[in-house]
Amino acid sequence: MIRQSGNSVSQSMEQAIAVDSSSCDAARRPGGAEWARALAARAQIDFDRRMAVSDLGKDRPVAEDLAVLLARVADHRDRMAFALLFEHFAPRLKAYLMRLGAGATSAEELTQEAMIMVWRKAGSFDVSQAGVSTWVFRIARNKRIDALRREKRPEFDPEDPALVPEAPEDAATAVARGQAEAQLRAALKTLPEEQAEVVRLAYFEDLAHGAVAEKTGLPLGTVKSRLRLAMARLKAAMQEIADD
Amino acid sequence: MTEKNAPDDVLLAYASGGLDEAMSLVVATHLTLSPQSRARVADFEALGGALIEEIAPAALDADSLDSVLARLDEEDSAQQAPEPPCDGHLLPAALRGYVGPDIEALRWKRLIRGVQEAEFAIGGSARARLMRIESGIAVPRHTHRGKEATLVLEGAYRDETGYYDRGALQWADATLDHQPAATGGETCLCLVVTEAPIRLTGKLGRLLNPLIKYQ
Repeated sequence: MIRQSGNSVSQSMEQAIAVDSSSCDAARRPGGAEWARALAARAQIDFDRRMAVSDLGKDRPVAEDLAVLLARVADHRDRMAFALLFEHFAPRLKAYLMRLGAGATSAEELTQEAMIMVWRKAGSFDVSQAGVSTWVFRIARNKRIDALRREKRPEFDPEDPALVPEAPEDAATAVARGQAEAQLRAALKTLPEEQAEVVRLAYFEDLAHGAVAEKTGLPLGTVKSRLRLAMARLKAAMQEIADD
Repeated sequence: MTEKNAPDDVLLAYASGGLDEAMSLVVATHLTLSPQSRARVADFEALGGALIEEIAPAALDADSLDSVLARLDEEDSAQQAPEPPCDGHLLPAALRGYVGPDIEALRWKRLIRGVQEAEFAIGGSARARLMRIESGIAVPRHTHRGKEATLVLEGAYRDETGYYDRGALQWADATLDHQPAATGGETCLCLVVTEAPIRLTGKLGRLLNPLIKYQ
């Protein structure tokens, strides 16, 4: 069976339950959906809550749910919570890696590696620093650089004694960063297609801006100015959404 | 006054994973020292997160979840803790990973009186080195063939475009003709990464790379 993403949450839950050894016996009893609901309650996931951004698929967990799941993985090594995260992210990471040129087999392997990193590093997730999707994106991005480009990925370390901290007023605005993802997603939809295209190319094609220019047949200056426009527009749109 | 943080397109390339190793090292080291650039990268990474949410998902292998669940208890491959620094310099950890615990142990070469540099190994075709310039000394006027990133780690320097101190990043290319001079009484320690003037690949090329005179 090929597991397609975009499952309804209850299907995902049933799959998750089926592999969660601690709840295996329970899951074999009839009425799996109810058990799914009960387990969701155990994981304190409110699946009836929806994103403020209403055009998201109804069958997706909301951003806060993802954070709850990740916290359960971190604090309780909860395999069911992990399985739900897997259902949500793994098909997306695989698509991301394939967009970046990985073959299906290596994209699958890297996706699995990345999800194992999610399990291992769950404790280092900090909701004040990033949303879950952003955090998972970083893991996949770094995995890809390690594995496919065979390069190291120098990263700054938030625990570094040499770290110059944010000014207190900046730190206050950073609290909102975890919530920025949903706003960004909504803002992305407001971009004119020509700007959205250069943004996607910049993230999904492993291309320097020069190569984006080559690929699109646009002058480098145009690529850069479209990216700049896109960023400015995203920022403005996020501000509007935040002010609403 | 010129910009002392990395330009947006560089930070975006870093966030999206499109920057090579040497330039990533410059950016990661700069991020440790610049909260403004950190916030910018966080924004660009959030955009990556949002794009991941938007992407059309791909079908996984049938046993994908099962094989991952079976591997969750595997031990993380033991990561050796880096040796603690012993040279008295407070350098960002990303850079320490390359230059080691004691920068005095690097191979320092005197370029002119009061100016020394030590190149260290890094992946890719760009070249990376530490440079130190005694206060009051100016390096010879020069321009650049490719991109050059200079990040101040200690002390400060001044050139035609402005004043650069700890954490400041100067992004130069062929359009910049400058003569930086260390200022402020302290020796200026910088990380300098240069796109190699020519790019040699393959076994022989890698052997030859260190012999190519830095321009």
